[in-house]
Amino acid sequence: MSNLIEARDITVRAGTTPALRNVDFYIAPGEIVTVVGPNGSGKTSLLRAITGAADITSGSLKRRDGLRIGYVPQNLRIDPSLPMTAARFLSLPKRRSLTDIRTALASAGAEKLEKRQIADLSGGQFQRVVLARALLEKPDLLMLDEPTTGLDQPGSAAFYRRIESLREETNCAILMVSHELHVVMASSDRVICLNGHVCCHGTPDIVASAPEYRALFGSGTQGALALYRHQHDHSHPHGPDCNHPLEETDNA
Amino acid sequence: MLDDFIIRAALAALGTGIAAGFLGCFVVWRRLAYFGDATAHAAILGVALALAFGTSALTGVLGISLIMALLLSTLAGRQLGHDSILGVLAHTALALGLVIVSLLQGIRIDLSAWLFGEILAVGKSDLALIWSGTVLIAVLLIWRWQKLLTATLSPDLAYASNINPKREELILTLALALVVAVAIKVVGALLIGALLIIPASAARPWVRTPETMAAMAAGIGALSGVGGIYISAQANTPAGPTIICVAAGIFMITLLTRNLTRLKTL
Repeated sequence: MSNLIEARDITVRAGTTPALRNVDFYIAPGEIVTVVGPNGSGKTSLLRAITGAADITSGSLKRRDGLRIGYVPQNLRIDPSLPMTAARFLSLPKRRSLTDIRTALASAGAEKLEKRQIADLSGGQFQRVVLARALLEKPDLLMLDEPTTGLDQPGSAAFYRRIESLREETNCAILMVSHELHVVMASSDRVICLNGHVCCHGTPDIVASAPEYRALFGSGTQGALALYRHQHDHSHPHGPDCNHPLEETDNA
Repeated sequence: MLDDFIIRAALAALGTGIAAGFLGCFVVWRRLAYFGDATAHAAILGVALALAFGTSALTGVLGISLIMALLLSTLAGRQLGHDSILGVLAHTALALGLVIVSLLQGIRIDLSAWLFGEILAVGKSDLALIWSGTVLIAVLLIWRWQKLLTATLSPDLAYASNINPKREELILTLALALVVAVAIKVVGALLIGALLIIPASAARPWVRTPETMAAMAAGIGALSGVGGIYISAQANTPAGPTIICVAAGIFMITLLTRNLTRLKTL
């Protein structure tokens, strides 16, 4: 099967300045790819180039024909002057049946929120409602831009576990931008480290040991990576009983 | 029936109220209150230019409103805030319009009619124009409704669903120019902004979905229009400002009753 997205040598503009230069990028069906990088490194610009929201000034970006994208943007804010129930939000831009809406809310962990006003939801609830909306597209590619911003540690751990189980059910590809390296790397097939260009990319292990990556993130994240590795190494020899699953919390 | 000027005025105010109330929801949701005001003020320049070149005032108003709205949405950039750009363009257009009017020799124009409306002078052709504008605006908004809402919610979500938010913005800009053209005879250039904002704001505390807000805002706009004409005929007050006062009264009532019912449930 062909790649969902294939970008060759693209330069992406954010405002008047280029946010990304000469980036090659692809994502295959069913893959989990994580994009990491410091602030202003062009992570969001890459996602916006894929949706068509950001201008590509050179190079080429191809989307597979009929590609369906489910998008959970960063820091989505809905103006309180716009009255909107969660169910109505899920019916945009395509009208959906109440059954479909309930199913999507349930699989995103946002049961019984359909009649609630978006403005009254907590950060965690809103994030799950936005995820439910993305799922209704039956996406080939699910794009998540720092989806756990504003969630606490257990909340974001629960969110990532949900993403993993969703991928097992739907087998969609996932492109995720994150700063929580230890959580993200655990589930990724590939990691791309950005800093205006592609610093390094490859499997989590390769990227974590790449000198470019260490130069960008320094020793502070070494600790975080070590933590992930410890958990990962730990759970395998001892079997599932020795896992330390975090309680799934409602962030209300 | 249409021969009675009060009936014509009431029908004109009804159509204008519906159109402005409906579109006003988007103006409120997208925080375009100043934008609506600025576009309406610029219409005076349109009137002046139309007189200078001997074309119909409507062409001038539509043309300048459209150019103004397009300029505003493209110029608003990084170095100057939206409000500053609006201030510069809107007041320049208004001032330039007034200057051009004063320079026109041999043409006498009743400026206050354009600034504050002259609804009692609405003729059958004006009425036809107002109602076709109203129908056009309603059809435009209903046709694009889902896309307009998505683009209003978040341009990023719109792009991901293959909707170009810039195109939807253009549709709203076009609708705004149409509303200005429809409303200028009814409430005048200075008060069009109020007719956009007040009905939508009055509806907001009572509604839970965008559809009910649009319907209620259109209803409040219609009620203000007809009620304003009735009161102005009874009390012999200027029609345009009376319509706005009725809308403001409804706004106060919905605000107060909403807060009272909230207090009761505490």
